[in-house]
Amino acid sequence: MAENTQHRVVGIDLGTTNSLVAIMQGGVPVVIPGEDGSPIVPSVVAFDQETHAGFAVGNAAREVLLTAPGNAVYSVKRLMGRDLADVEPELKLFPFKLADGLQPGEVLKLNIGGLTLTPPEVSAYVLLQLKKNAERFLGGPVTKAVITVPAYFNDAQRQATKDAGRIAGLDVLRLVNEPTAAALAYGLDKNADGSAREGIIAVYDFGGGTFDISILKLHEGIFEVISTGGDTHLGGDDIDNLLLAVAIDDIRGDLGVDITQDPAAMQALRKVVIEAKIELSAADSARLAVELQGGRLYAREITRAQFEGLIASVIERTAAPVRQALKDADLSPEQIDEVVMVGGSTRVPAVRTLVSQLFGLEARGKKLHTELNPDEVVALGAAVQAQILSGTEHAVTNDLLLLDVTPLSLGIEALGGVVAKIIQRNSTIPASATEHFTTGVDGQTTVAIHVLQGERELAKDCRSLARFDLKGIPPMVAGLPRIEVKFLIDANGILHVSAREQRSGQQAQVEVKPTYGLTDEQVETMILDSFDNAESDIEARLVIEARNEANTILEATRKARQQPVWQQLTADEHDAINAALTSVEASLKSEDHKVIRNTIAQLDQHTRRLAELMMDSAVSGALGGKKMATADEGLGGEIGAPTTAPHAFAPAQISESEDSSPADVLQAAENDPETPAESTED
Amino acid sequence: MSQANTLAAPDYFSLFELPRHLNLDPSALEKTFYAKSRRLHPDRFAARPLAEQEAALAASSQLNDAYRTLKDPIARTEYLLSLEGVQMDEQSRAATDAAKAAGTAKKQVAPPDLLEEAFELNMQLEEMRMAKKMGEDDPATRTELEGARERFTAMLHELEDKLHALWNDWDTHTEAGEEAAKTSTRDAMVALLNRRSYARNLVRDVNEALD
Ligand SMILES: Nc1ncnc2c1ncn2[C@@H]1O[C@H](COP(=O)(O)OP(=O)(O)O)[C@@H](O)[C@H]1O
Ligand SMILES: [Mg+2]
Repeated sequence: MAENTQHRVVGIDLGTTNSLVAIMQGGVPVVIPGEDGSPIVPSVVAFDQETHAGFAVGNAAREVLLTAPGNAVYSVKRLMGRDLADVEPELKLFPFKLADGLQPGEVLKLNIGGLTLTPPEVSAYVLLQLKKNAERFLGGPVTKAVITVPAYFNDAQRQATKDAGRIAGLDVLRLVNEPTAAALAYGLDKNADGSAREGIIAVYDFGGGTFDISILKLHEGIFEVISTGGDTHLGGDDIDNLLLAVAIDDIRGDLGVDITQDPAAMQALRKVVIEAKIELSAADSARLAVELQGGRLYAREITRAQFEGLIASVIERTAAPVRQALKDADLSPEQIDEVVMVGGSTRVPAVRTLVSQLFGLEARGKKLHTELNPDEVVALGAAVQAQILSGTEHAVTNDLLLLDVTPLSLGIEALGGVVAKIIQRNSTIPASATEHFTTGVDGQTTVAIHVLQGERELAKDCRSLARFDLKGIPPMVAGLPRIEVKFLIDANGILHVSAREQRSGQQAQVEVKPTYGLTDEQVETMILDSFDNAESDIEARLVIEARNEANTILEATRKARQQPVWQQLTADEHDAINAALTSVEASLKSEDHKVIRNTIAQLDQHTRRLAELMMDSAVSGALGGKKMATADEGLGGEIGAPTTAPHAFAPAQISESEDSSPADVLQAAENDPETPAESTED
Repeated sequence: MSQANTLAAPDYFSLFELPRHLNLDPSALEKTFYAKSRRLHPDRFAARPLAEQEAALAASSQLNDAYRTLKDPIARTEYLLSLEGVQMDEQSRAATDAAKAAGTAKKQVAPPDLLEEAFELNMQLEEMRMAKKMGEDDPATRTELEGARERFTAMLHELEDKLHALWNDWDTHTEAGEEAAKTSTRDAMVALLNRRSYARNLVRDVNEALD
């Protein structure tokens, strides 16, 4: 295969848990291994001075998660394209440290290892690593990619993913829906002898953080998506959280230790819980064991039956989107010829049983498709699509074409906060709709339009995508202007808007203010150099952020000196503060962020009493309290909250539980004398 | 939904090289759609210059819009009527204005002969919703609503049959170029679609209330 490397387009699965890059080689897609030989790059990013380049991605970053949890972040895909209000529930379950002072509607920012980063920037580091792996494997530069997204991602989440690609220096030729990519990888459009096969298939994609279902019709190489559905917050993470809740409860009950206060121990526990979960996919029972501070050991046995009882409600949540997708496709379960299983969580036997039942496979003598590795199948499909888009001739891909759909209806807010749908969900993309607007007041020159995505009746229940102002409308009598607005959803599932005033023939100006998301200019400033130069990028950013913080504290201290409380301090204290202040000022010139941070810490130290006095006198200032105000309470601060925590394996709780769903589990736990919680102090 | 008056854009029937008939063969339509998609889809132009990519985006969105409209019998009929100068949403313009004036949600104008029954039904729906809100069931109203659901569902089926008959009329008159007959068939279809959409909304409301 003398393929020109210039044309090489890679396929990337940017997962919540794991990410992979793949490429077509000699007519077959292959995943690209990293330096460690594994193609799977855990979607974990760390910014830690202890690591080789000041940052790390993948397994190396996962290590940091255990040693310095504050310097690493995982599952950031959950935050892509989301707003403060959206992620509130996440903060209870994930150790995301949001930056202070975020405004509603603003792009989220995370504090990781002294850096402030948006979710697309964090994802960009994962992409940089994949890009590097691909370049190493192919022996040449890689600049073009196809990136997969959950089919149920909305416009903002898609845009954020595209931004991540751009920040990582990748030209993102297309965003492809994960289940669609998987269908492509399975190549179910062909029989073993290579002849074309027709049929209807369902792809059930249950990963770490998201769930998708897509129903496709295959016809001579055309993969036409008929309907899609899902939940962008449902996955293996939810299973992990249930197990975690049980363990946290156990530890609190038996050992009297609140492990949620110890981020590193929480990460260790999370690791153990996931290992146990994975073991339970193959074995009848698994052992949870973790060493706590002071050498105390927490251990317990979990049987498959207990596990299945515990997670039943989580996996059952995938059934409703499946039924809805069938309904939308106007198909009965029996009309589905093949069911493809994608995502690591489809390894759970109970999940397979459920899906088999949903489609009545057994009665029809059919089996789920699990032949391809569920971790790799999405990346493999992305590689196929990458070759389709590369514009080069390939016998294998010439006849292939994906026709995908938009997962959510597009609407505009009408009178009374009601949403008028203009493009229905499951419309094949690209899709467009044209709407006409007019003015309500004489001489009105602007019209505001609010665009939303979702199925609900009221605007407040849908996802706000953008507010547009149609400007420059020539002043006319109310109702006379006729402004034509064109809404176009492109092949990536991303919305574009244009407008024209028809009576005057003037092009009305459209000022698009995305409700969520980065502007092009912001993305431009975030673009990262190569993986190898990322180190100096990070160093530069650290210095800038340290200087910003220094300036904030300098300002606050100077102001405090004007306050009456200043007089309550001793002369020594005054001297110490003034000296510290001077050294912060001096450190601003330094190019080493640690020098600056040191002087800040000094000043912080010396102004502590001042801050307290100011608080007491109810003068709320910038001093003090600032550092305490982090958005979360450490990992899983709330995990053990009574509403969600089924006290599944804690016998003491049995009689108190009124919750019906974990009751079976409780029963199982009670009936099974072999699985008491054992907690030893050795 | 009002249609795009985009200049130079061919109408959906011409795009599919079809006469303006209402009966059409879905599998032939699909076949044409697939063939055209292979030529026009943006995936085919990802490696081409930007201008070509944009042209492909415009062309394929038009193709998809057209297919979506023609594939669906009701959307197809409404679209054809709009080509014939009927604005389906004109019909509810009065309702929109009334709603605007009153600051309430838009209500549909009932076909006159359904007025009485619809009024009764709305009362029952209200009773049912009240009962539901109180967490009670109202078996008598439930039975009445179930009866109404049956009646209106049957009406929907009947209307569909009538619509198909009108399609045949339309196609025949179009073939023969009988303008006057076309106009009366057109008006009959408009009336029928209004009636249908009214009945469908009632069924939807009843279903919701009975849930
Ligand atoms: N053998 C297994 N049994 C149960 N869960 C598994 C197994 N292997 C992986 N998982 C889970 O699958 C999820 C990751 O799946 P993946 O498809 O890689 O997710 P994503 O696409 O979200 O990155 C994680 O929650 C992981 O714990
Ligand atoms: Mg995945």
